[in-house]
Amino acid sequence: MTITTSPGTPAPCDSTGAPALRTETTACTLLGSWRAHHSAALGAHLQFHGAPPLPERGDRSWPDRFAAAVEASGLTGRGGAAFPSSAKLALARTGATRRPGPTMVVNAMEGEPASGKDRALLSCVPHLVLDGAQLAAAAVGAPRIMVCVPNDRDDTARAVSVAIVERLGTALAAVPMTVVRPPGRYVAGEESALASWLDGGPGAPRFRPRKDVALTIGRGTALVHNAETLAHMALVARYGPDAFRAAGMAGSPGTTLVTVTGGVEHPGVYEVGSGTGLGDILARARPVDGVQAVLTGGFGGCWVSPAALGTPFAPGPMRAAGGAVGAGVLVVLPRTACGVAETARVARYMAGESAGQCGPCVFGLPAVAEDLALLVEGRAGPGTTARLEGRLGAVDGRGACRHPDGVVRMVRSGLSVFAADVAAHASGRPCAHRARPSLLPSATGATLRRSA
Amino acid sequence: MTTTMTTTTTIRVDPIACDAYGYCAELLPELVSLDEWGYPVLDGQPVAPRLLALARRAAKDCPRRAVLIEQSPVPSPGRDGTDGAR
Repeated sequence: MTITTSPGTPAPCDSTGAPALRTETTACTLLGSWRAHHSAALGAHLQFHGAPPLPERGDRSWPDRFAAAVEASGLTGRGGAAFPSSAKLALARTGATRRPGPTMVVNAMEGEPASGKDRALLSCVPHLVLDGAQLAAAAVGAPRIMVCVPNDRDDTARAVSVAIVERLGTALAAVPMTVVRPPGRYVAGEESALASWLDGGPGAPRFRPRKDVALTIGRGTALVHNAETLAHMALVARYGPDAFRAAGMAGSPGTTLVTVTGGVEHPGVYEVGSGTGLGDILARARPVDGVQAVLTGGFGGCWVSPAALGTPFAPGPMRAAGGAVGAGVLVVLPRTACGVAETARVARYMAGESAGQCGPCVFGLPAVAEDLALLVEGRAGPGTTARLEGRLGAVDGRGACRHPDGVVRMVRSGLSVFAADVAAHASGRPCAHRARPSLLPSATGATLRRSA
Repeated sequence: MTTTMTTTTTIRVDPIACDAYGYCAELLPELVSLDEWGYPVLDGQPVAPRLLALARRAAKDCPRRAVLIEQSPVPSPGRDGTDGAR
């Protein structure tokens, strides 16, 4: 694997070390300033974008104007749930009169092994994310900003810390910012888990019968936004909703960051208009050995067949095509790989990433992974497939968080997309590809092997 | 048409608190079954009036206090026989 990063340059794509950032240079893009200056410094950021439109002292109508701009932009959260960002802001603003005000939490936890966008953003354009955090904090009256970076990502934490130091003593640090380092686990970035950790708890998801009740940290509430979402807010505030909506599609406006990995020549983080065709995005990363299937949305997402390659990569169309956008992840499975084996590997990894709180997840996910392992090796009995289906139904929707649901969705999509292979494996004729090294990013996100 | 508000009672399990003691399934087999690992599976249907006392007892007797009784107001069918739901 060629490493083209020069010393000192942040490597946005952890998988290979190659800074495979490709984007347009128009101003209203996330990665435009990096593309123009190849510098994450505050000077380069301000030269490209100008100063963020933070409120003047005493400007009481500013929060309303900011909220109106975000609403008009149609921005949706980029952490996976695609929840309207304006609604989340509004919920926090209704509680903003209480003291202490909400804590502004920047979620850059990126527990998804196949995703590299949070690292790319904070390594290449940290000031755009921090601008967004300052703007959102001002809009809800937040007294502090916490930037959450996993404790196994020192390079990213360093990049953010450098950016914060650059802003000290200026209006760009009006609300104090701290980098905090929750555990680098898959579920640690789930927002209730994050709030739990920031509150001195174990960092595991909380049982929330009602999702419209604000998360709490201490006596205050928490406003949690994904890092990419905040960077988009900084663009909306500067360039206006119309400029933001110039990219993307109706119902899913703006650009979006997509991490493409797996059997491709140029794995990396790409900024594309939301709704760009799935096949067009993959073409930019140049698949090798063809496309047998694509894991869309991440390890808790869905496999889709090449028949879905014409689908616009946006939440609505992808869902309709049996896929997912999630946090913008695409893993290409080449024809030379075994979809059943890869599905089993993802399930095994996800079983190990359970927070260990809810019985159906603790016992169900390993049982699902075990059934899949039997299938992969051609050791499945006559009832194994039926038992697997039953277990998927037994696990679905029965955790405090959506972790088990994501695994169920991923496995079901695999059973469907690789149905012919599943049948062959189940009848004791496993394919030869099953023993190949995995194409999926490993648990640590450190390696990405290409098929020989 | 007339629509009156009534309350329905449902039971719910806090999956984090639950440790698979299984008392709830013992008391309320009509509403609670157990999965292969012994954790309760609920059908989510409202609790029938005749089972309300047992549901309350299941909540009270759960060693982990994981069974929750939830009451929510719902529009009941109007007098003209139409469905009161909107």
